[in-house]
Amino acid sequence: MAIPGIGLVKGLWVTLKALFTKPVTIMWPDEKELLVPRARGVIALDIDNCTSCMLCSRECPDWCIYIEAHKVEIQPDKPGGRVRTRNILDRFDIDYALCMYCGICVEVCPFDALYWSPEHEYGEFSISNLLHNKERLDEWMQTVPEPPALEN
Amino acid sequence: MITIAAVPFALWLAVKVLVVLGLMLGTSLVLIYAELKWSAHIQSRIGPWYVGGRWGWAHPIAEAVKFLQKEDLVPEAADDKVFRLAPYVMLAGTVATFVVIPIGPSTVARDLDLGIFYLLAISSLSTLGVLMAGWGSGNKYSLIGGVRAGAQLIAYELPLVLALVAVGIQAGTLSLTGIVAAQAAPLFTIGGTDIALPYVLSGQILGFTVFVIASLAELNRTPFDLPLAESELTMGYVTEYSGIRFTMFFLGEYAGMVSMAAIVATVYLGGFYLPGLSEDVLDFAGPFILLAKVFFVLFLFIWFRWTWPRVREDQLQTLAWKWLIPITLFNIVATATAKVVL
Repeated sequence: MAIPGIGLVKGLWVTLKALFTKPVTIMWPDEKELLVPRARGVIALDIDNCTSCMLCSRECPDWCIYIEAHKVEIQPDKPGGRVRTRNILDRFDIDYALCMYCGICVEVCPFDALYWSPEHEYGEFSISNLLHNKERLDEWMQTVPEPPALEN
Repeated sequence: MITIAAVPFALWLAVKVLVVLGLMLGTSLVLIYAELKWSAHIQSRIGPWYVGGRWGWAHPIAEAVKFLQKEDLVPEAADDKVFRLAPYVMLAGTVATFVVIPIGPSTVARDLDLGIFYLLAISSLSTLGVLMAGWGSGNKYSLIGGVRAGAQLIAYELPLVLALVAVGIQAGTLSLTGIVAAQAAPLFTIGGTDIALPYVLSGQILGFTVFVIASLAELNRTPFDLPLAESELTMGYVTEYSGIRFTMFFLGEYAGMVSMAAIVATVYLGGFYLPGLSEDVLDFAGPFILLAKVFFVLFLFIWFRWTWPRVREDQLQTLAWKWLIPITLFNIVATATAKVVL
């Protein structure tokens, strides 16, 4: 039979041991944390892949993605060909003040235009600076890690 | 050494008040820092680090200054006078306990013959402050917090008093200076050396345990922090307070811990006395010895807080009425019997 109240003493022993062991705190920003491989830091945009299909924008629960585009006609290479239209991206903004980092936009993109990047040190003193335009989002592409190798 | 007769009474009183206030507030700030640090390390954190350079030593000062900058709000539904007065009552009750605590053989603000009686009476005053805050805020959380504090006081004042009764019997006096002197008196002799033991080691271990538990409840500390209970009552009776009045409650809570620990250290741990030191040395070293003992008790308080979860209201009452009070009654009988027989 266990002694009544022995749990209280055991708890005291645990906290006493913790008191004299080294803290696990990482002194960010003096020392950097080792991030997990698929850390969700910031969402990067590959402009060339984007077709302005608006899927990400519509799926976003916070509605923090703003997309504007216009169509251009592309003349056929050879005579007799058909004139095609193409979407040119004018604006692609993500408002990180609203974003809740759910990653649905990354999941839903059929053209691999959106990626997760582990970069997370983009805090700002003004909230308006958290709106990243498409050039800034494209810059984040350089920080996107290589996808893991395929299994055999 | 200035003789008391040479200095006008009013001036001497002012000096005493200033010394006690400075001592109390200074110790409270150190205690706040100690709690921040110890709790952090118990949770494998570092705690305050940047303020003031090394180890964040200036953190409690910065925190007090921050609190003072905040607006002093009074809710519309509040009972204005009671609401404003409550922090003063709370703080006054705490400060007043320091009057009778001896910090050296000849250093005591006032050595009352009924020292313990005075202590118990005056320390209940801070609970009156809590009740006033709970009533005056005009807020259901505050009211429930205040009423819980009242219920807790009624339940735990009894074991507190009864535990000290046993000490009074053993020491044969209610004066705190007398109690320290009684603990300094040699208990028995081994090979020509007089051995003096504090009361925690010479018969009052039960009383000591009960007193520490009951004082945790008196101070509204975890595991008995039901009047505050963040998860149930927002912040209990301090919910509506801000600015300087909140600071007073905050400091008052920690000053209350210091005063309660000082009582424990004086009554059970021998106060300023340390075996082997002469009267002259104690005159100088006494305050530091007392401070070391006080911080040992405070360490216990903080250690318990960051280890144990909060008890339920019915468990709180059960512990007081069914366990602590019978134990202290038994303790009184045992002490009285031992006193007569030995």
